[in-house]
Amino acid sequence: MAGELQPSGGKASKNRARIGERIAARLDRSAPGRWVLRTGRAIARWLRSVRWNSWAFVAPALLLIGFFLVYPTVTTVVRSFFGRGTSLFGPNVEYVGLTNWKYVFTNEIMLTSLRNNALWAVLFTACTVGFGLVLAVMLDRVKYEKIAKSIIFIPAAISMVGASIIWKFIYAYKPAHLDQIGLLNGIVVAFGGEPLGWLIQRPWVNNLCLIAVGVWIWTGFCMIIFSAAYKNIPKALLEAARIDGANEWRVFRNVILPLLGPTAGVVATTMVVQVLKVFDIVYVMTNGNYSTEVIANRMYKEMFNYNNYGRASAIAVVLLILIVPFMIVNIRRFVSQEGGR
Amino acid sequence: MKPRKAVARTPLHLAILFFVGVWFIPTLGLLITSFRDPSNVAGSGWWTVFPRLFSGGQFSLQNYVGVLRDQGLGIAFRNSLIISVPATAISTFIASFAAFGFAWMRFSGRRVLFMMVVGLMVIPLQMTFIPVLPIYSKLGLAGTFPGIWLAHTAYGLPLTTYLVHNFMSGIPKDLFDSAAIDGASPFKTFSRIVMPISVPALASVFIFQFLWIWNDLIVGLVYLGALPNVAPITVSIANLVTNRGQDWELLTAAAFVSMALPLVVFFSLQRYFVRGILAGSVKG
Repeated sequence: MAGELQPSGGKASKNRARIGERIAARLDRSAPGRWVLRTGRAIARWLRSVRWNSWAFVAPALLLIGFFLVYPTVTTVVRSFFGRGTSLFGPNVEYVGLTNWKYVFTNEIMLTSLRNNALWAVLFTACTVGFGLVLAVMLDRVKYEKIAKSIIFIPAAISMVGASIIWKFIYAYKPAHLDQIGLLNGIVVAFGGEPLGWLIQRPWVNNLCLIAVGVWIWTGFCMIIFSAAYKNIPKALLEAARIDGANEWRVFRNVILPLLGPTAGVVATTMVVQVLKVFDIVYVMTNGNYSTEVIANRMYKEMFNYNNYGRASAIAVVLLILIVPFMIVNIRRFVSQEGGR
Repeated sequence: MKPRKAVARTPLHLAILFFVGVWFIPTLGLLITSFRDPSNVAGSGWWTVFPRLFSGGQFSLQNYVGVLRDQGLGIAFRNSLIISVPATAISTFIASFAAFGFAWMRFSGRRVLFMMVVGLMVIPLQMTFIPVLPIYSKLGLAGTFPGIWLAHTAYGLPLTTYLVHNFMSGIPKDLFDSAAIDGASPFKTFSRIVMPISVPALASVFIFQFLWIWNDLIVGLVYLGALPNVAPITVSIANLVTNRGQDWELLTAAAFVSMALPLVVFFSLQRYFVRGILAGSVKG
């Protein structure tokens, strides 16, 4: 259904054709010339056969994606082998081999960042997927499902910066002789405890407190997806299990869980991809101080605070390497869907 | 039998109550604090307002006047609108062209290119800043609205193209055949037939992308920086945290200003938002 570009006639094009013939005749005399000629003709044939109309639809998107995503990804990998400075390449930027890579995998702050990203990946993913699944199943059984879902889903709409302020305030700390203004310390004191500086208690308390913010933001997202999948399960299936004498736990464990397994896989993949890039929460709440550094925030600091594009590039590539397996999973899933078409 | 069943269900209700509480109370605390007097905010917890809730004199709009005027969040709010509306429109527009091309046009490399787009959905944006920023500086695009429109458009394209493609590839083929018989060109088919019936899908994508851009921090930080005349609201608030980190009356009001628009969009168009999420994740 796509049209093709028609060769236009006219005097100018005839002239061009004659010049083309002369060049072709000269090229035809030598072996490399003949090769150039053959390749040139093949390209010309391909260009004529291309359906320009089709390309016109995808060209703007491909150009933008090429400039903003493909070209930078390749260049960042190359830049990671070069030194300090804020220019891409040039006389002031020297080749340093694996220096940046050695830094990435041996420097203490980088090791802390890698550890924290692993902690985020495990805890954040387990909690968002777990809570999302449990909430979807629980809320299906009550009459106020709609409003409860809306409330848990709200954080998905607001910015992580906003959410970070909400929670920084929950974690706020005042010395014991003053009235607490943070809700968490307010509760601790009301039960007779000592107020705690939640965001500076390294390394576990503060990291857990940051991860909790991420879980608060993303659980609603997971719940919505699980809920849609759960409502697609024929209710007769659950009833049959109950009539056979299964209690609610066994229904959940042996019927619902296996049926929601594929959905859980998709949701967990999405969550891991999200969490490896975690930046906003850490940047706003602790800026990576007190052993809460993560890879993305470290990359930002190397780029803008220390003007070291080499190190920043290497750190960015680490993120890419961690995410590539999930990219492959994404493409595989797409291919298996396409297979049916 | 019946009362016993109700008793058995109590743990269920309690568990749900716990989750709803944890998900609702933090935002409530923010909202209440943002209306309290600065001296009260620093001196007592926001929950102490409840015993004297109706005695008056506890609440004012002073903090909002403070952040919108004195801290420049009014301008930041405007900047965020100038950034997100055109960027969302451009990216939805380009994505629908591309999605149509990928779904219904036949050309060599179509599958491979679309697979590349799908794969690029998960690329960490951190990979892309270092090579693009020097070019932006050279072209004078750093710190300008057109610069960030282009960047947001490009970063959003893989997901938006994929979402619109999911919808458009489901359009019945007969529709195109009859259009072709009537002699409609691909462009005419696209603008007269495909676009009109895609409106609900495009609305989902638009809302999804709008919220993403409105809530973005890192792209704004990198391409616009902290210049007050262009910085979006997220960047301004992050700066406020750095400079006025203990002034909770300001921070809470600022956070609520940034959340106001997403919340309105969320509550009025929740259906489309949910549809966008489901299209991207269940099928994806």
